[in-house]
Amino acid sequence: MQGFLAVFKREFKSYFTTPLAYVFLVVFLFFSAYLTFKQGFFGARQADMSAFFINMPLLFVFLVPAAAMRLWAEERKSGSIELLFTLPITVTQALLAKFFAAWLFLLIAMVLTSPMAITVCYLGSPDMGMILSGYLGSILMAGGFLAVGCFFSAISSNQVIAFVLSVVACAVLVFAGMPTTMNYLSSFLPVEAVEAISMMSFQEHFDSMQRGILKFSDLSYFVILIAGWVSACGIVLDERKAG
Amino acid sequence: MIKIKGLRKCFGPIVAVDGVSFEVEKGQILGFLGPNGAGKSTVMRMLACFLRPDGGTAEVCGFDILKKPIQVRQNIGYLAENVPAYSEMTVGAFLNFICDARGLEGKKRKEALDKAVASCHIESVFHQSIETLSKGYKRRVGLAQALIHDPPVLILDEPTDGLDPNQKHEVRGLIGKMAENKCIVISTHILEEVEAICSRVIVIAKGKILVDSTPQQLKAEHNCSLDEVFRKITTTKVA
Repeated sequence: MQGFLAVFKREFKSYFTTPLAYVFLVVFLFFSAYLTFKQGFFGARQADMSAFFINMPLLFVFLVPAAAMRLWAEERKSGSIELLFTLPITVTQALLAKFFAAWLFLLIAMVLTSPMAITVCYLGSPDMGMILSGYLGSILMAGGFLAVGCFFSAISSNQVIAFVLSVVACAVLVFAGMPTTMNYLSSFLPVEAVEAISMMSFQEHFDSMQRGILKFSDLSYFVILIAGWVSACGIVLDERKAG
Repeated sequence: MIKIKGLRKCFGPIVAVDGVSFEVEKGQILGFLGPNGAGKSTVMRMLACFLRPDGGTAEVCGFDILKKPIQVRQNIGYLAENVPAYSEMTVGAFLNFICDARGLEGKKRKEALDKAVASCHIESVFHQSIETLSKGYKRRVGLAQALIHDPPVLILDEPTDGLDPNQKHEVRGLIGKMAENKCIVISTHILEEVEAICSRVIVIAKGKILVDSTPQQLKAEHNCSLDEVFRKITTTKVA
């Protein structure tokens, strides 16, 4: 536990000792608000946040890999991974500590969008369950993207490569569930195959959550996805710490 | 305190360490010598449980490096060759992180910090970020990090590289002072250092041990300076 806490604390603070946190937060908050208003937040005359949540997958595809790319690639590049893994800290402790520190940072980014929710509450009487489930979905989706980014950061010591690979992987996971992709796929794949592909996509599971529907299958999708990518990252780190 | 048995490590087709075995007791300072690429750092990295050996094993303070890596790391102070650290952190924050990771709390932490900072003379840069430090100061911070928990075994990969002559003298004095109740392994290319502080010398080349002796004995046997002894051993025996 002491190893986990030490790395968690260091990692979380490191976001704020470099300009990374501030640049990330400003860009995220600007675009989340810009896209929401462009979507017709006020024009819809509805007290809900669907115009806000609908853009989250697109924003996260680019921004979460940007926050995740440094997790291991930077440690490899600077050689500090040698320091980390010669301290009495296991790979699992370090991995979970870094993952949760990054996730907490993304959670803060989401909390900072709360003025949007406050505005909706002030202007009308929205369904709070829908807003909370949208936030829960966004945070779980951020965790999923983060786990993907964490894995690609561990396989490369180059941050740009890690970023590009994670964006591609996250985009595939999102776009697999988009209606246009599904239409295209159904032109040459059987219906069952198209459905299976869309069930593996973020979009499908996030959509129902942002509509306020909390299903066990959606929650378990995110949990399994996160656990799977994080474990894969652990295996990669264990095999080639120095490489 | 350190027992190495047939340690072997390959990187692809290259055999970096080829069946190295030796033991080091408490109170000894072992100078680990060899030309570049001889396998010194690889042996040290395996001892610090950073690399997993392909064959053989080692024990540090009775703990096997493969079965009990965490206990091994608890008993080791390790300074890596390129002195890795988190460059955006200040020296103080970095050393506090090391204390966190090593479970040093409260009064113990304060004492450990004060002692390490004073013995490595880094008081003046305590609040400076590591990326702004000179090579010598970075190495001293690395050394402070390795000493902070007062470990019984110290593994130092080129501890005086990049230090000015005064600092070198100080660090050697510090290592000499600690030798009594610790087991220390240092790798170096500076042979005067070996003569000044090491009680034992192992010369390694192409992953194999060529000589295991004392500096005095080596000089007496070959009847020349350590520099010449080193050249003779590593050029004739390897070729």
